[in-house]
Parts: sequence; C-alpha cells; structure tokens
Amino acid sequence: MTITTTDTGLGSHHVIEEPESRTFRVRRTAMTSQDVFEAERERIFAHTWLYLGHESEIPDKGDYVRRPVGGRPLFMVRGAKTGEVNVFHNTCTHRGAAICRADKGSQKVFQCFYHAWTFDSEGELKGVPGEDAYVDEIDRAGLALQKVRTESYRGFVFVTFDPEIEDLTTYLAGARQYLDYVVDAMNGEVEVVPGTNEYGFDANWKLLVENSIDGYHASSTHDTYFKYLQTLGTDLSIGVSGVTKDLGNGHAVLEYRAPWGRPVASWEPLFGEDSKEEIAQLKADLVEKHGPEKAEMMTEINRNLLIYPNLVINDIMAVTVRTLVPTAPDRVEVTAWEIAPKGELPQLRQRRLDSFLTFLGPGGFATPDDLEALESCQQGFSSGGVEWNDISRGMGRAAQATDEEQMRAFWRRWRDQLDTTN
Amino acid sequence: MTTITRENAATVTRAEVEDFLYQEAALLDEWDLPTWLDLFTEDAIYQVPCNDDPTGAGDRSLMLIDDNRLRLASRVERLGSRKAHREYPHSNLRHFISNVRILEQDSEVLKITCSMLVGRFRANRETWYCARADYDLLLSGGAFRIRRKRVALDMTTLRHSSDVAIIL
Repeated sequence: MTITTTDTGLGSHHVIEEPESRTFRVRRTAMTSQDVFEAERERIFAHTWLYLGHESEIPDKGDYVRRPVGGRPLFMVRGAKTGEVNVFHNTCTHRGAAICRADKGSQKVFQCFYHAWTFDSEGELKGVPGEDAYVDEIDRAGLALQKVRTESYRGFVFVTFDPEIEDLTTYLAGARQYLDYVVDAMNGEVEVVPGTNEYGFDANWKLLVENSIDGYHASSTHDTYFKYLQTLGTDLSIGVSGVTKDLGNGHAVLEYRAPWGRPVASWEPLFGEDSKEEIAQLKADLVEKHGPEKAEMMTEINRNLLIYPNLVINDIMAVTVRTLVPTAPDRVEVTAWEIAPKGELPQLRQRRLDSFLTFLGPGGFATPDDLEALESCQQGFSSGGVEWNDISRGMGRAAQATDEEQMRAFWRRWRDQLDTTN
Repeated sequence: MTTITRENAATVTRAEVEDFLYQEAALLDEWDLPTWLDLFTEDAIYQVPCNDDPTGAGDRSLMLIDDNRLRLASRVERLGSRKAHREYPHSNLRHFISNVRILEQDSEVLKITCSMLVGRFRANRETWYCARADYDLLLSGGAFRIRRKRVALDMTTLRHSSDVAIIL
C-alpha cells in the first residue's frame, strides 16, 4: 500500500510518542507496508553496522564462511598473506557469478566457475585465461574482488555498506559494555559451537526484535517451558526481576535475575554436584580479575541485548547470537549460533547445549511458540481494524524487566532513520 | 503393537521391521503420543541434528532436538497441552516410511535405516520434512523397543518449514 506522509517523515508517521500522556504507539502499517520495507533497506540496512560472523569461525589462513548480510551475498575469508579478516561481495568482477560456492571451508584461491578467473584470499585478481586477448594490460587492481567495509569488536565481525558512517566502536555506544560482559565471562576465548539454526517465518522482522528483548511475554507464552524446568528440579519461586535500558543508537538491553542457572559461574542442582567446585572456582577467578560488581553482572545477571538493527545476543542459560533479515514485509529469516568459552568443562558445555536447544531452538519448547505468536500478530495486522500497537508499558517510571522501554529505544532510532531521506 | 514371535533378533525380517515402523508412524499421525512414548526404552535418545551439521553429536554440537527419555516425556506432555501454542490445535500429520534397510542385527539389537517424508498441515500452511531416519531397535519380550531414533533432515535449512515443533 502507498503511504502518504506529507506533513511528517515516514518514521514519524509510524511512531508516535507522547510523554505527557505516557503513550507510545506504533502504526501497524510499519509491519505490513511494502514502502516501509523498501525504505528500511535503503535508510537502515544500508547505513548501519550489520553482524556478519565471528572471527573464531575462520581461525586459519584461507578459512572462509559464506553468508548473506542485509540481503547481499558476501563471504568472509582470513587472508593468507595478512591474516586479516577480509569480507568481499560474492560476485566475480568479470561477469558476476558467485566466487565462493560453499557455506564454509578453507582455500587460498577462489576460482570463478564461469570463465575460470582466479582470485586469492586477499581478493587480488591472479589468473585470467587467455589474458592476451586484452590488448592493453588488464586492470588487475580495478578488477580485484570488491571489499566490504569491515570492523570487528572483540571478535564479532560487522560490515557496513556505508563508507561514511561512524566507526563500529563508536556505533556500539552503550552496547559495548554488554558485549564485554559476554566476552570477559568467557575469558576472551569465545568459540562458535558447530550447528546453525537457520529458520524463517511469516511475520515482520521487527516483531522478532521486540520479542527477543520482551520480558513481559515469558510467563504467558512459555508456560510449557517453565513446566519442563520444574520437572528438572529448577525452583521457579524467585521469579524474574530486573530492568530494561536504552543503550543509545537504537541498542537496548533487558537485564534480570532468573531462576535458571548459568554455565558461567552460577551453579544450580541440574549441573550436577561434581561441577559445583569448578563453577565456584570460575566465579572466584572472575571476581579476582574484574572485581565483585562486574563479576556479579557477568555471572548472575541474564541479559537480552539488541544491537540495532538486527543482532540479538541472549546471554542467559546459554549464549545465542541471532540475526534477523527481512525478505518481505511479512517474512523474516533468522540465523542463530551458539557461542561458548573455548575449553569449557564437558558437563557445563553439555548443559549449555541442552539449554539452548530446549529453550531457544526451533525444535525446542519455547521458540516455536514465539513464532506462533508473531505470525498471529502479523495476521492480526492485516485486518486493518486496529491501527496502532501500544508500546507504553512502564513509561514514566524506572523501567522494569516486564516493561517496554527497550523496545521504545529501538523504535525511536527506527523512526529517526526512516525520517531521513539519504 | 506388533508382537514378534521370534526370541532372537538375528532372525527378524525386514517386513517385521516395516510393520513396526508403520505402526509407530500411525501413532504419531494420530497424535497418540503417550502410547508412542511407551515404545522407547528408559535409556532411549531421540535426536534431530542441525541442518548444516547432520553428523553432529549432542555433547559437542548444537542440535535441533537431543532428547533423553525424561525430555522426551516432557515433549509429549507439552504437546498434549493447550499451551504448546505452535501445535494447538494440532497439525494434520502424515508420516511416510520407505527404503527400509536392516544394517546390522545380532541376537538383541537391530540397526535400521529408512527414508522418511512427513507432511504437516495447519492453518492453511503446508510443510514437508524429508529425512533419513536411523533406529536402534531392541527386541525384548516379543516386542520392539526404540533405543535410538535419529532423524537427519535433507533440507539445507529450516527457512521454509520454520521449526520442528512436531515429532518427526
């Protein structure tokens, strides 16, 4: 549908904030409109830092992973000469075919299967069959693989298609500290566990952004998961309590205490008596290294972190790294990885793996119900009978874990970016 | 359930194995999950590895499903609840089993492999899961029990099928 926004920008047309009446509303066409979807691609996804992968996925020279980011096919390879992380557009500079044709692997030379041009892992053009046909010398530099602007923060590799925007560290703003908690709790030795969750569903991507940092839906939507935890002997009586925060630039966090244990230094009976001592030692080490306050944050506090626009890191009973890529106004593709400390105790790793798949995976006891809820919302939007979503919960007070301040942080940034016409 | 008159699993035929697999499929299609659960031994495992890691093991890889008997019982309880929102109401299911082969058999245990196609129909959506399924079957007291069921999906991702909220 076409949206007329003569008096306001596209963002302000969809997001209305009225602090005096403690009202925050999002117009439902934000989730259904083709115009909004296309504007998001141009104004948001082309002008933010987007998560691509983790450096530990390509430990050795020539190691690569191939994956689309922001709808564009890319691949990341560790350069054989420099050891640097290179990210290229996955298209031959000659006539366009894909250069990297497997999802992961290791090779020092990439050959286009179409006309057999070859490039090395730094992107340099090395071989052109029948090169003498080019009467003048071929422009090797100009025909190198096209690099994508890439920076990493503590192993998390991001790309941007905008040469002008701020550097990654500045962009991350208040989210940096929360990434630090995750990485420091693993002593800086983070690895991506084998096995990827790649799924999709029929709803707008922003609904999953909201859901990923929403503490309010947990007890109603995930009743069967909590029953399962009780079966395992988890004491749910302490409940969930915490706060939600705007971290700047659209980033936001929900942080809270919860009944479940955490493989990083928060023991519960489920982990087994034999791991009690090791976990106590892990915690003592973190206290000594980082001080009691930061160690407490790293070990006892759960966090659902949104890095604007589409990266979610849930640091809870396991640590998930999840990206959300819209492919249509009512369609999103999710890719989720599990990260864990290298060299973790086998029984803790097992517990972490179990926790991820039972709660967070598409075969688990919770994620399918989230998908059902979000598709249900999307279907509700199409009725057109209700124009607005209400996202006012907790406005005017210090935001608690079941409030919606973290979603408002996302929507404000979204509004401002959609108001721009770059 | 199929009663096998044989005492020795080494003499079991493919037809007898097929009868058992068809009956398991019928229990799943009919959503008689408590009866289905009874087919499993106390030390049973039920696994579905991630699409990109079909040989993954649950102690070192992220899996889609890695149930021991306790978790399998919780899964059955969950799917019987009105609060398993993704499967309330239940999907219409149809399990197709074919290409059954006995890979190994001794006096007690048979290792079986088969092809599996599962149709899932709910709320105007159709989803198909195509997989190789491997079983360890125990012959005990004249009946088969499942000690291991492992379903490795052929789809390269779950982009189209969304989830594995059903039992394959």
